[in-house]
Amino acid sequence: MALFTLNVNGNRVEVDADPSTPMLWVLRDHLQLVGTKYGCGVAQCGACTVHLNGTAVRSCMITVSSVGNQPITTIEGLSEDGSHPVQKAWLEHDVPQCGYCQAGQIMSAVALLDQNPSPSDEEIDTWMNGNICRCGTYTRIHAAIKTAAANR
Amino acid sequence: MLVMPDEWFEINGFIKIGNNGVVTIMSPNPEIGQNVKTSMPMIVAEELDTDWKNVVVEQAPLNTDIFTRQLAGGSQSIRQSWPGLRMAGGAARQMLRTAAAEAWQVPVEEVTTEAGMLRHAASGQSAGYGEMASAAAAVPVPEEVELKDAADFKIIGTSRKNVDGHKIVTGQPLYGLDYQREGMLIAMIVHAPAFGMQIKTLDDAAVRAMPGIQDVFTFKTYADDYEPAWCDISAFTEMVAVVGNSTWEVMQAKRALRVEWEPQPDLIEAVSTGGQQIPVGLENTAAHRAHMEALGAPLARVTRRDGDPEAAFRDAAQVIERSYSAPFLAHNCMEPMNFFAHVTADKAELVGPIQTPEFMERSVSARLGLPLEQIDIQMTRMGGGFGRRLYGHFLVEAAVISQQVNAPVKLIYSREDDMTFGTYRPAYYATYRAALDAAGNLIGFHVRAGGIPESPLFSNRFPAGAVDNYLAEDWTIDSNISVGAFRAPRSNFIAGAEQAFLDEVAEAMGKDPIALRLEMLERARTNPVGERNDYDAARYAGVLELVRDQSEWGEDQPGVHRGVSAYFCHNSYVAQVLDMVLENNRPVIQNVHCAIDCGIVVNPDAAINLAEGGIVDGIGHAMYSALTFQDGVPQQNNYDTYRLIRHSEAPKSIAVHFVDNGIDPTGLGEPPYPPIIGALANAIYRATGQRIYEQPFAPQLEVFMREATG
Repeated sequence: MALFTLNVNGNRVEVDADPSTPMLWVLRDHLQLVGTKYGCGVAQCGACTVHLNGTAVRSCMITVSSVGNQPITTIEGLSEDGSHPVQKAWLEHDVPQCGYCQAGQIMSAVALLDQNPSPSDEEIDTWMNGNICRCGTYTRIHAAIKTAAANR
Repeated sequence: MLVMPDEWFEINGFIKIGNNGVVTIMSPNPEIGQNVKTSMPMIVAEELDTDWKNVVVEQAPLNTDIFTRQLAGGSQSIRQSWPGLRMAGGAARQMLRTAAAEAWQVPVEEVTTEAGMLRHAASGQSAGYGEMASAAAAVPVPEEVELKDAADFKIIGTSRKNVDGHKIVTGQPLYGLDYQREGMLIAMIVHAPAFGMQIKTLDDAAVRAMPGIQDVFTFKTYADDYEPAWCDISAFTEMVAVVGNSTWEVMQAKRALRVEWEPQPDLIEAVSTGGQQIPVGLENTAAHRAHMEALGAPLARVTRRDGDPEAAFRDAAQVIERSYSAPFLAHNCMEPMNFFAHVTADKAELVGPIQTPEFMERSVSARLGLPLEQIDIQMTRMGGGFGRRLYGHFLVEAAVISQQVNAPVKLIYSREDDMTFGTYRPAYYATYRAALDAAGNLIGFHVRAGGIPESPLFSNRFPAGAVDNYLAEDWTIDSNISVGAFRAPRSNFIAGAEQAFLDEVAEAMGKDPIALRLEMLERARTNPVGERNDYDAARYAGVLELVRDQSEWGEDQPGVHRGVSAYFCHNSYVAQVLDMVLENNRPVIQNVHCAIDCGIVVNPDAAINLAEGGIVDGIGHAMYSALTFQDGVPQQNNYDTYRLIRHSEAPKSIAVHFVDNGIDPTGLGEPPYPPIIGALANAIYRATGQRIYEQPFAPQLEVFMREATG
């Protein structure tokens, strides 16, 4: 075990964890930020997507010891009250079915729009292919990203 | 945001009304993504005649004193609860009216309601529900309740947002895996790597010393003398538990564990299936396939015979015979199996994702030796169900582990544990034959279908009843790979096979595929063959006509390749038209039209969402997914090897059309899934000129495309 000081959602937090612990489990078990989901543990499903330095990463692949003081944003830190344009678009389209993958979908979508404010259909397809939705809400996710792009 | 009241008054088990008029409605059934947590309370609110914006929804715990059928399965939540939910709301409304009538000293018949307000027109008096809630709670429960006419519905039939939507998009704790408790330990299981294997020895010396590890032990999920119920299916009932302080520490320990496995002795012997000796033991997909092809005919049992099918085939001018197959599938709920348990000497507290809480309460009661009254099951929102969480062995496992370590425990399956645990959709195989006379009339129809270890056949569904000479046969082959219900069980295969076959029959007859189906359904409606036909031919034809009209079927657009399909299951009728285009020699599903007759639609936009999901789900599994076996070992254990449909592979648009007929609601979670596989296969044929018979389709479709482009 080792002590790490992290910058999560704008807060300085201390964590005592094995250096090999993926950020996914640091967030969920140590910091009780359970919005970031476990789906596969091998960077194949995107449910654990967070932002590291503003870039979308799979938190199951990022060890706590590799983060240093780079800022991490999770779904809980995206907005105070669900008012981020992407969250609002998700609600407008009533995207979720079971909802489990949606935090990861939203974090991927936000990262896409941050670097490409008006993506084409093909660009959305390519970017979002890393996030699995087992319920099959892809058409709504796609529409919500277009709405969020228009509303930003 | 709603202001919460100072005081709540419980009107009945479903409804609490606050002194400020805010209403809490309990949602009785498990929420797996089918959106019952919104739609079931909508039905209560409708008959209560309250304003939906003053409603707070809470997930009810398992409580058999108040609620019935707290189960997510068979697309039955709305259909079976419809009368009870309406009565609960209507009874509360009546109690409020009675309370107002007494307060105002007026006849109760003259007290009206609207959107949470009580009024007496003659005297001009009015009050909010909150003002009368205290008195209403003391009114005896009425014996007869007046329900609304459907024409007066103000909530049912209007789109209302998912009540958990805000929590989902802000990442608040909702799911079993999110559940936390002070002092809670994390547990994981290690099960045998192959179906047919069991534990031989466990060497946990190194693991016990690892950081954060509290305990390692073997355990049995069920007692040796326990007679498992249908919901207790589990291929691995003796496993190793690793218990520790945090998930990552337990995962590390699990990897370091040394377990020696051995074949189960009783599974090496041959198993008898319908008089045939099928060797089991450590099973292989190649052998499964060979068995299904070779043994279907000798094992077949006749389940329905109309007319003289043998003569029809003997006298036929043309016989069309085609065989279809589909592999085992894993449910792959995005939230892996998990459960929280805190078992003490006199109480078991269980919290987590379960589709069958009432059944599993009995299982866990038997395992712990605790009476049902001392078992408390709380349901969390589920990260998918699809049938997988009907089988709650993981709940029992959590309880056993908690009892052993004497602490609150959250049991978590890794994705690999989850995908290799079994309870799969069975492997299926079906052979269809059609007999045509010299004039091209369909004079005989034969289906012989089976699977490992379950048959997908529904003998009395269409086209039974529409053909004079009809023969249905089924067969099964035993296996030690465990299976369970998977979204639209059996239909999820047989619909696609049947509807792809009918497409070929229509082509051979020189008929439009919708016209042929409508002709056959007209025959079944006006002059049905046999008496056991289990569908309503007029409603079946209704969805085909609706999808024909909405899709402008018959008006060919250049470059658009269309496939049609229709099916009846879970009390509902669905017809679909799938449009495929080729972009840069890649098949793209441009659009799907879907017509549904499920009676009254409670929450239209959510219903459309669910239908869209069923379509994407059906396309995805038919195109990409398969679980295969080598020596009993699943060859796929995570999403790098097991393919699920991804964003770019979904249809670009989906148009859902409902039949508006005012019939009481029927199923919706499952019916849109099965037929889309037929529509997809038929569109692939139009696009490539080649028929496709084996799921998953995608690898063959790639070959078709290569052949087409040279």
